[in-house]
Amino acid sequence: MLGEGIAKGLIETARNFLGSYVNKDRLTTVQYPEQRLPQAEATRDFPFLVYDGEDWQAGLRCVGCQICEKECPPKCIFIEKSTDKKPDAVGKPQFYPAVFNIDISVCMSCQICVEVCPFDAIKMDTAFELSTVDRFGGLLWDKARLAKPNQHYHHVHPTEAAEVDGRLAEERAKADAKAKAAAEAKTSAPPPAAPPAAPPANSGVSSTS
Amino acid sequence: MLFTIFAALTIAGAVAAISLRNLVHSVLSLILAFAGLAAVYLLLGAQFIGFAQILVYVGAVAILIVFTILLTRNDGTFGTSSQASWNLGALIVIAVFGTLAWTIHSSAALQHALPPQPEATMQQIGTALMVRFALPLEVIGLLLTAALIGAATIALHEKQERP
Amino acid sequence: MTALAYNSLHHASPQAADQIFLIVQHWIVSHAPAGLQSLLAILLSVVAIVGGFGLLFAITTILERKGLGRIQNRYGPNRVGFFGSLQPIADAIKSLTKEDIVPQTADKLVHLLAPILLVLAAFSVYAVLPVGRNMVLVNLDAGVLFFFAIGSVTEVAVFMAGWSSRNKYSLLGAMRAIAQMISYEVPLILSSLTVIMATGSLSTVTIVEKQAGFSRILPHWFLFTPWGFAGFVLFMIAATAESNRSPFDLPEGESEIIAGYYIEYSGFKFALFFLGEYLGMFAISGLAITLFLGGWNAPLPFLTWVPSYLWFFAKLLTLIVAFIWVRGTLPRLRMDQLMNFAWKFMLPMALLNLITAAVWHFMPSGPVRWLVSIVLVVVPYTLLGRNQMHKSHLEKRVYRFAE
Ligand code: SF4
Ligand code: SF4
Repeated sequence: MLGEGIAKGLIETARNFLGSYVNKDRLTTVQYPEQRLPQAEATRDFPFLVYDGEDWQAGLRCVGCQICEKECPPKCIFIEKSTDKKPDAVGKPQFYPAVFNIDISVCMSCQICVEVCPFDAIKMDTAFELSTVDRFGGLLWDKARLAKPNQHYHHVHPTEAAEVDGRLAEERAKADAKAKAAAEAKTSAPPPAAPPAAPPANSGVSSTS
Repeated sequence: MLFTIFAALTIAGAVAAISLRNLVHSVLSLILAFAGLAAVYLLLGAQFIGFAQILVYVGAVAILIVFTILLTRNDGTFGTSSQASWNLGALIVIAVFGTLAWTIHSSAALQHALPPQPEATMQQIGTALMVRFALPLEVIGLLLTAALIGAATIALHEKQERP
Repeated sequence: MTALAYNSLHHASPQAADQIFLIVQHWIVSHAPAGLQSLLAILLSVVAIVGGFGLLFAITTILERKGLGRIQNRYGPNRVGFFGSLQPIADAIKSLTKEDIVPQTADKLVHLLAPILLVLAAFSVYAVLPVGRNMVLVNLDAGVLFFFAIGSVTEVAVFMAGWSSRNKYSLLGAMRAIAQMISYEVPLILSSLTVIMATGSLSTVTIVEKQAGFSRILPHWFLFTPWGFAGFVLFMIAATAESNRSPFDLPEGESEIIAGYYIEYSGFKFALFFLGEYLGMFAISGLAITLFLGGWNAPLPFLTWVPSYLWFFAKLLTLIVAFIWVRGTLPRLRMDQLMNFAWKFMLPMALLNLITAAVWHFMPSGPVRWLVSIVLVVVPYTLLGRNQMHKSHLEKRVYRFAE
């Protein structure tokens, strides 16, 4: 008969209504500012720049290669390359970004900048309470605001950070080994290299004298 | 005093209805004229007619006009009409008004004094409609039903032609 | 006058409690100069109506949000004040301070007038609603007719809003709203006609008086007759459609036409629309109470000492809760379902109900009358209902112009 379904529906909603007062499990709402759900490890929202050591200026891994700037789909990264060089994580002298800005009001959290960075210098953060009253300056983050220590990276994404650290350590070890090999080669190489230079001198002396 | 206000409203609405360029504006002014007329009825103590005026004219006729305009035109504006049609219209209006005014002026009703105003309560109107004027009411009802069925048939007709 | 009022206040009898507003009004008016007294009396009543129902509006918004929340297993607003009780004030401040945006191409004057007309019309109908014993602004001879006449003005306001915004969605919403209001106005008026037939009066005050008294414990409300019950149900369904509430909220269907005819309104004008809609709902519920639920009469003989206006508002709140409950339960109809329901179910039922009421009137009272009337209500309901339910097959859609 017409109206049966309506009656059934009304009973169902009444059950929900009363049940929500009796059974707290029904209420799935998390009272956000007071209560929080733990974040999943893969959470990501906006990028940050990783630095090693204590001094963020010196430890910044970014070399200002501008790959991320080119790849960022909404073009929200602005980089100015430095004119001088400083040693990077591996010890090689590299450029560094004189200016590194991200407009997070434009950023769409796609993580492409992270994927393309060859230096593991830019990673995704998990902070999301970023509202501000300054709609322009407050959302254009500069280098100082973006820079965060490697420990922070370990804190927000432990597994990933450990993997990155392992890779970097491996690379550094490889580089060290290479350097050592080069240094060893340097110490052993001079004898064969020196003789050819000496004889002419000697001969020259002998010839001139 | 009140009569002057309502009469002015009615006339203003009516004039706006024929002079405004935008059809929808015209309808809205017409509604104003209807409402003014209803107010005049109420002022004369004819509650039933006054409220029926609002219910039927504002609530139904005006809305019908609105629907007609919106379903037939897409912008609600129209071009200027020619001078000739204006002249013709003015002629007809003056003729009708003159005839009516002359008839009323020379009618016998004005010669003798006004009878005391009868109390037309709802009850009386209802009884009159249902007892004394039952047949005319039924005839009107039948006519309207026929019109309704006719309109529905015309509307349905188009549908049946489709494969 | 003052002494009398003072005395009756002092003695705090049930009678005085019942008439307290009138006594206060008389007391205030008696202090005014003689020429202004009648004006002041009307002004006070109007202020009371605007204030009272404005307050009810505020209460209803919070009730609705809380209730819907609980129905959907949420908390609803619970931040402002004690359990969110001050939320309406926050909402009011917000809507008052928001920017008022008028579309550049909008018809500015009509755009401005539409919400004003809507709220004015919504408030005007309260003039004939008896909210308590002797508590009606004007006892019109044609009160119910006045109610429906002014109610039809809201259609004009809705059209003005939809058309002047120059927005396709608002125009669509307005057309939908008008089509729906016209369709459901017919069963609405027809179902209330039964009561007018039974009482022989269009005056709301007389209708309420006719429902006073009890047979043993059952009050003489029209709800407790077969035709009255059917009429009440039909009236409430049509009233839901008239006030554009779910499941008949097609004019503002968010999923298809965003917000319907008030899409281009913001800030205070939007609040006015909101207010107008709720006032319309209260008014039509008030009319349902007047026509079928005995107005301000007490439901049980031993409860007559409770002030009459309290009964009215208790019934009104019950109906509001029912509205909220239905809104939380039923999904929105489709346009064809809406129209089919109006013309193929509501209209025949309302017409047959007129016959039922006539039969009830002319038969001698007794169980036979009950039986005949109940059969006259239930049989068409079942048949028409089956007709409605067996329409579920959908035919293939044919496009006329799009191919
Ligand atoms: S996450 Fe995507 S949008 Fe944001 S800065 Fe990186 S590349 Fe650009
Ligand atoms: S963050 Fe990475 S990709 Fe971007 S400029 Fe620095 S080193 Fe290059």
